[in-house]
Amino acid sequence: MIISVASGKGGTGKTLVAVNLALTLSDVYRVQLLDCDVEEPDAHIFLHLATNRSEAVVIPVPRIDETKCTYCGRCAEVCVYNAIAVLKGKVLVFPELCHGCGACSYLCPESAISEEGREIGVVETGDSGNMEFIQGRLAIGEPMAPPIIREVKKHIDRVREVIIDVPPGTSCPVVEAVKSSDFCLLVTEPTPFGLNDLSLAVELVRKLQIPCGVIINRSGVGDEKVEQYCQEQGIPILLKIPLDRNIATLYSKGIPLIAGMPEWRGVFVTLFQNIKQIDSASRVVK
Amino acid sequence: MKEVVVLSGKGGTGKTSLVASFAALAQSKVLVDCDVDAADLYLLLKPQVTEENEFWSGQIAFIDKKVCTECGLCQEMCRFGAIKDYFVDKISCEGCGLCSQICPVNAIIMQSCMAGHWFISETSYGTLIHAKLGITEESSGKLVTLVRNSARLVAEEGKFDYIISDGPPGIGCPVIASLSGANLALLVIEPTLSGIHDLERVIGVCRHFGIPILVCINKYDINEENSYRIEDYCHNNDIEVAVKIPFDNVVTEAIVEGLPVVEYSDGKVTQQVRELWKIVSVKLNN
Repeated sequence: MIISVASGKGGTGKTLVAVNLALTLSDVYRVQLLDCDVEEPDAHIFLHLATNRSEAVVIPVPRIDETKCTYCGRCAEVCVYNAIAVLKGKVLVFPELCHGCGACSYLCPESAISEEGREIGVVETGDSGNMEFIQGRLAIGEPMAPPIIREVKKHIDRVREVIIDVPPGTSCPVVEAVKSSDFCLLVTEPTPFGLNDLSLAVELVRKLQIPCGVIINRSGVGDEKVEQYCQEQGIPILLKIPLDRNIATLYSKGIPLIAGMPEWRGVFVTLFQNIKQIDSASRVVK
Repeated sequence: MKEVVVLSGKGGTGKTSLVASFAALAQSKVLVDCDVDAADLYLLLKPQVTEENEFWSGQIAFIDKKVCTECGLCQEMCRFGAIKDYFVDKISCEGCGLCSQICPVNAIIMQSCMAGHWFISETSYGTLIHAKLGITEESSGKLVTLVRNSARLVAEEGKFDYIISDGPPGIGCPVIASLSGANLALLVIEPTLSGIHDLERVIGVCRHFGIPILVCINKYDINEENSYRIEDYCHNNDIEVAVKIPFDNVVTEAIVEGLPVVEYSDGKVTQQVRELWKIVSVKLNN
């Protein structure tokens, strides 16, 4: 099954959960871990695994053949992203605004527009034992994360257990990373910020009709309102990770929790079993 | 009028807590929340909305079933895989309009959609410009630009000295929109390997756009060795580390109380945050 790990708020422990769940499962199952936080991919820090394949992610951007162009302005008119401007005797292309939709080249009456690939990032893969790891990296200065996330997700192998580390927020990169997963784990912390952003993330997964469960990280700080909210909304709290200096220290050093504190392995096994149960129950209802 | 934007690359490092404290410390300023898809600053500043505006972003394709002949051209040409069985998946549609341009029977119309709201509010610390992007919506960059432009107008009209802006996590579209043309980027970093990795990427983006950088290490005593590494790295790259803020649960307590930490406690954290604002304001005026 495909389990995505999301949160709304940043820095709540998505990568901690995704990495440790994937590592625990890889004892028994064939696993894929996808780092879809392509703006700031951090999962690799916790894996002693070299990525040995790298593919460029390119999006098609227009190239104008000025020998054919009549400067009619049709391309600029159809481009809703304002990536082309036609002046007297000159066409300006702004590649970083281009979404690669192809409208300009398809609709140019003179067939003066071809497309060329522009690299906006890379997808890197590597294996170790039962684990296949795939991460996307957006190039510095590039705005568009979703095309890279789409390329990462093309590697999904449904035969494996797939864990997806999702970027923070609730807008298009999050949707791209979460959609088509079977279950979404929402990691939060018990503070007003955590609650506010959790409730946004819950709205998002409901809109995408994906079943979800909550993990409360740094449990013990803050207040009880996240738990109250989950009860009111009928969302299961699947795990609480306490505020613990040892856990924070391991994280800061890039050591997986289950490596530094092996007693946590059992906790992630139980977490997975509980997700499986919810998943099969929801399939019966469907 | 000078603008500082608080960024971090990695989420959850303390951007919003800092901005709320600056709100209490700075005399003449306008506040902006540029994290439009998981906005939390309002939880501490408790704004009274004085002006509410709709945010209309791009368009979405709509297929008129009565006219559609199911020729399939739109499905074949859509680069975003947004049309299946002659239905448009609203979440996947990027609004490019190619389908509507090429439909041989003009069965596809583009409909504008409201993608969120933005607000001008009064708080006890001054005017706050903030926004709420609709769940799963795109164009967060456009909405960020809108709130920043509005903040500039308010600041110019009221002859305020500073714009203090709470940035989003990551390095992509909304971060670039928050950053362009700002006078200073204050980067809030935690001494974890993930924090360091993300710091390097967000510094790359600031440099790409030519924005001066100042660094603040938050919770520096969680891993002092990593804090030294950050200081070394910054030193080698000619970046000033302004202050090091210790870990203290008062920061979370203040969030639970709905107060900026400088108004909740008078301890070491508050001292460092006061010092930081002094350094930031000096930098802005240089």
